[in-house]
Amino acid sequence: MTDIPANDATNDAEARTRTREAALIRKRYRAERRFRMYGLAAILAALGMLTVLLVSIVSAGLPAFTTTQIALDLNFDAGDIDPGGSRDPAKLASANYRGALLKSLRAEFPGSETRQGRRDALNMISNNVPFVMRDMVLADPFIIGTTQRVWVKSSADIDQLAKGSIDRTLPESDRRVDNRQLAWFEKLEREERIRTVFNSTFFTTADSREPEQAGILGAVIGSALTLIITLLLSFPVGVMAAVYLEEFAPKNRWTDLIEVNINNLAAVPSIVFGLLGLAVFLNFFGLPRSAPVVGGMVLALMTLPTIIIASRAALKAVPPSIREAALGMGASRLQTVTHHVLPLAMPGILTGTIIGMAQALGETAPLLMIGMVAFIVDVPGGFTDPATVLPVQIFLWADAPERAFVERTSAAIMVLLTFLIMMNLFAVLLRKKFERRW
Amino acid sequence: MTDAAMSEDNTPKELEAALEKAPETEAVKALPIKVRATDVNVFYGDNHALKDVTIDIPEHRVTAFIGPSGCGKSTFLRCINRMNDTIDICRIEGKIEIDDRDIYDRSIDVVQLRAKVGMVFQKPNPFPKSIYDNIAYGPRIHGMVAGKTDTDEMVEASLKRAGLWAEVKDRLAQPGTSLSGGQQQRLCIARAIAVSPQVILMDEPCSALDPIATARIEELIDELRRNFTIVIVTHSMQQAARVSQKTAFFHLGVLVEQGNTEQIFTNPVDKRTQDYITGRFG
Ligand SMILES: Nc1ncnc2c1ncn2[C@@H]1O[C@H](COP(=O)(O)OP(=O)(O)O)[C@@H](O)[C@H]1O
Ligand SMILES: [Mg+2]
Repeated sequence: MTDIPANDATNDAEARTRTREAALIRKRYRAERRFRMYGLAAILAALGMLTVLLVSIVSAGLPAFTTTQIALDLNFDAGDIDPGGSRDPAKLASANYRGALLKSLRAEFPGSETRQGRRDALNMISNNVPFVMRDMVLADPFIIGTTQRVWVKSSADIDQLAKGSIDRTLPESDRRVDNRQLAWFEKLEREERIRTVFNSTFFTTADSREPEQAGILGAVIGSALTLIITLLLSFPVGVMAAVYLEEFAPKNRWTDLIEVNINNLAAVPSIVFGLLGLAVFLNFFGLPRSAPVVGGMVLALMTLPTIIIASRAALKAVPPSIREAALGMGASRLQTVTHHVLPLAMPGILTGTIIGMAQALGETAPLLMIGMVAFIVDVPGGFTDPATVLPVQIFLWADAPERAFVERTSAAIMVLLTFLIMMNLFAVLLRKKFERRW
Repeated sequence: MTDAAMSEDNTPKELEAALEKAPETEAVKALPIKVRATDVNVFYGDNHALKDVTIDIPEHRVTAFIGPSGCGKSTFLRCINRMNDTIDICRIEGKIEIDDRDIYDRSIDVVQLRAKVGMVFQKPNPFPKSIYDNIAYGPRIHGMVAGKTDTDEMVEASLKRAGLWAEVKDRLAQPGTSLSGGQQQRLCIARAIAVSPQVILMDEPCSALDPIATARIEELIDELRRNFTIVIVTHSMQQAARVSQKTAFFHLGVLVEQGNTEQIFTNPVDKRTQDYITGRFG
């Protein structure tokens, strides 16, 4: 009888411990759930922002991939183009195509006889139409004296009008297209002489003052030339430096100092490298301004620490047992490195290099310092030709007021992002393919 | 011992025969000395890891190093093929001779020395290459093979001697790392013998293996001693007793006692050896 209360007490105590334990477990589970929620929320927020960014860029940039054309009856008037009737190509090349065009426009657009009317008519189409006419004549002189219906590029304003970016209900003074042009356009539309085609110009030309003639090719080639120089300089130097530091250098105060400095170099703002390039490569060595070769050198300086750090990490990740095995077989240190360590580290080194190259591709500031920000209408043909690069082209277009350049800015960003994503994807694939072989 | 048994170009069979006649103790004493270490001191920075080690390692015999971990067995083993050269802070004093030539002499080329003194490590470490390339690597870099058939023969012979041929002959192109642990270790042994070394150093070659794989390696070691001089570090006293003819006991960087394996295990002289053998420490 006496020990029943005691028993109750122990039972009580046990029950209390149990509930306390249960409460603790519940609390732990709750904390874990909460933590998972936070993580998920963070990822969703990041994804959301990325989506907003991409959607806004793509929706703004997509129209740039199409362009508007107008079917014009072009009168290749013999009096303007070949007054002597000699058919001499040299003369044909410098003939008065503008006069022939103006005649055609007068016939096409009623009301374009006045000066204002003529300007309006000219502003309907791209200003490269005389050159198109010249090329047609040079290709086939027999069209002289005939009238041909040709699909010509519209001006950027008409292009915007066709894409619906210009509100036709606005008062004339607030519109970039005046009433007369609007009337002409609507007439052409009714006659089905307006069409929208893929904007191949965007991918085949360099920059231009006229948005409808501006393209990305110059900047893409400029970027490619620059990156080739960057890769050629930074990859061998970076890998050699990493191999030396990791495999051969004694571990002492000097190598520690070098290591600290390389890490510091990686943190130096990129514009500083641009200033260095300006002072050393341009002013001291007198290398050409705006040239991919100088841009590549500056970006190589900037990429070098990234490659060295990534390469050292990749070399460190090769297990020492592989080195011991090779040395134990009587391989020299150099053979150990070239036959075993370097091949095993290569995927990591290449991954680091690609990421470094992607950084270099997106770099703007240092290139501004060495003059790669110039307005260049020719596609660069070599490493010393004046050139610009993709991000600088984006910077230049973003600065331009025309609505047509706004969509080209976004389109150029899409091109740049495509390259970057492809490079990073390649790095990921490389890493996946060669993951841990020992 | 006959004069023939003492001379350098003895065929192993004759040696065996000679050994059979003589009692083990005498045999060990009488055998030609392959490696002779005199007053070897090793320092890792300020850490005096080996103190005045003097030992003779007999040819065509298995010599075992035993002792508690951290006593310097591996350190001494790595002195014999100068693997310690790769450690910046390591400093070695004293003299180690192989066939009466000081291996720390300036005229000695480390690469050639390591071709002559092969090594098998604690953890099997085949190259992440094919089984074939694992074996062929050494002969290739030392210019010992010319052409494909030559290499093929060399690979086959080495794998056969390591008792691995039957298991891998149909999968030579597969990576060496795809083999089991015991097979990998035999691959490493095959790789070491492919360059025809004279001495093979083994640093706890079975410590990562299961008992069956261990037994196979021990058998292999017993066979290999006909052609090679073997030095093995082991933490297992049973293993030392099973495979070795000579045993050296290290303790805190000092070579405490050395001698005929049977004598060390049945009748140790030093108190520390007695304690270790009977499991009182280590
Ligand atoms: N690479 C090294 N650097 C510094 N000290 C070392 C190194 N290797 C071994 N040592 C030291 O040398 C001593 C002997 O080590 P080791 O030869 O590995 O012993 P064992 O193989 O007998 O276990 C230990 O005190 C160890 O700390
Ligand atoms: Mg050891």
